[in-house]
Amino acid sequence: MEYVIEAENLRKVFNNFVAVDGISFQVYPGECFGILGPNGAGKTSTIRMIYGFSPITSGKLRVFGLDITKKWRKIRARVGVCQQDNNLDADLNVRENLEIFAQYFNISRKQARAKAQSLLKFIALEHRQDDEVINLSGGMKRRLVLARALINDPDLLILDEPTTGLDPQSRHQVWDRLRELRSKKGLSILLTTHYMEEASQLCDRLIIMDHGRILVEGKPADLIRHHVGHVVIEVDDPSPKLRIFVQNHNLKHEDLGHRLIIYGQNQDSGRLFQEIDDQFVDENCILRMATLEDVFLKLTGRELRE
Amino acid sequence: MKARVSVGHELMHRKNAVSFTISRRFIRVWQRNWSVYRKTWKVSFLPPLFEPLFYLLAFGIGLSSFVGELPYRGFQVSYISFIAPALIAVNIMYNAFFENTYTSFVRMYYQKNFDAMLATPLSLEEIITGEIMWGATKSVIATVIMQSVISLLGFIHYPQGVLILPLSFLGGFAFGSFGMFITSIMPNIEIFNIPVFLFITPMFLFSETFFPINHLPDWVQKLSLLFPLTHLVRITRSLSFGLLDSGLLWNLAYLLIFSLIFFPLALLKMHRRLIK
Repeated sequence: MEYVIEAENLRKVFNNFVAVDGISFQVYPGECFGILGPNGAGKTSTIRMIYGFSPITSGKLRVFGLDITKKWRKIRARVGVCQQDNNLDADLNVRENLEIFAQYFNISRKQARAKAQSLLKFIALEHRQDDEVINLSGGMKRRLVLARALINDPDLLILDEPTTGLDPQSRHQVWDRLRELRSKKGLSILLTTHYMEEASQLCDRLIIMDHGRILVEGKPADLIRHHVGHVVIEVDDPSPKLRIFVQNHNLKHEDLGHRLIIYGQNQDSGRLFQEIDDQFVDENCILRMATLEDVFLKLTGRELRE
Repeated sequence: MKARVSVGHELMHRKNAVSFTISRRFIRVWQRNWSVYRKTWKVSFLPPLFEPLFYLLAFGIGLSSFVGELPYRGFQVSYISFIAPALIAVNIMYNAFFENTYTSFVRMYYQKNFDAMLATPLSLEEIITGEIMWGATKSVIATVIMQSVISLLGFIHYPQGVLILPLSFLGGFAFGSFGMFITSIMPNIEIFNIPVFLFITPMFLFSETFFPINHLPDWVQKLSLLFPLTHLVRITRSLSFGLLDSGLLWNLAYLLIFSLIFFPLALLKMHRRLIK
């Protein structure tokens, strides 16, 4: 089976700073693959190598089975990229942003016009097509960047933090569009994100990176079950008695001082919560489903980055 | 048309080697700028139309009564006919230089247009080439407009004067490449004042634009011969007076060599700046 992306011991070094430190992964056709990690983990460096924006330092990288160092032009013709900044062309209006971008792919004017109209419809911006891009809201700009990335009918869509800075409505709009794309066309998607919810919603598989390396790889649900469990019990200002209880029962937990996080591994966690809530806590004790965010924080730590 | 040139100390050493990939796809970048220009042409064509008129009025009419006539290659010529072709040369320099400095910098740095283009099948070298070709095109557009005005006033001899048009492209390419080189090393947009003050203003004044340089100190004359504008002015002026001789080939050669130095240098420096 041909992989869409195949990275082998991929490295990126900037003046002695190792941004990507020998990572290997594969992305299958039709899959949505996520790269997660704190700021500076090497996510953007990784995807920039994948679309041939920055040269690889060492290792092997094939996209559609083609070597990125030799066939970058062929690869880019089949890839759509939403870069992190909304780098729309400020000198052009909404429609021209799509039509002129199409020319960069050697798409004929006639085809470009037709394609632009169908994409404007897809992102619900037909009524704004003659507006200057500077007058668009953040969500609209993001949708236009997404449409622009689709102008060449890509086989692989690369999204670098597609919803950063968007309000919840706009974010869900973008997610809906992405889901539609996946179900209809079998397009492969590679995305980076800070938002664990986004990754859970969209990704079939993902990797979590930190300091240029891959910490874990897997399906979101598997990762949660394996690293955290089913549920999480959070207790504010835990009493010493509770701490002893947790120690004695050998419960998986994390002690943050003012807060205790207990990971419920099995189906009995409901009863465990009742026990803790009744015996050790007056208030501020909650039971919730384990999420990818728990996995992320557990693996990458809680200290601030940058 | 495909060219692949490698520059670097050791080709085996990937760190030092920069491989240039230029195909005719650069035309896509040119087209983008042309599309933007067409949106604003109603305003953009005004400066090259009126600027020569201002200068001719101020220097030509205001000054010529004091200056009278000057000797030019064995002829006595009016001051206004002496400076008219120089104004075309200056305009060729300004249009390409400012397009490929301030305007290209805005596209590169603030609008991130190059970043967006680098996610398409365009190479960085094609983007930069397209930008420089566009700068040269702006010089041609400005020359067409300005030359029409000056021709109507009767200061350009034809058919020799027609050659000013292809010359304006070469001149634009030379100053555009130089401008793009400057852009590749400028940390921010405010600092462009320095190359303007160091190169553009002295060239504007001391390239035989407004007076012959043969009575200036020797070192100024030598310096003036290093200015590409001097050579551009000399060709433009000769053609305007209908004088076509083999001496112009030296001036042409200088402009060509200047381009052949700064064009690859601009590509190399831009590569170092943007490809990380």
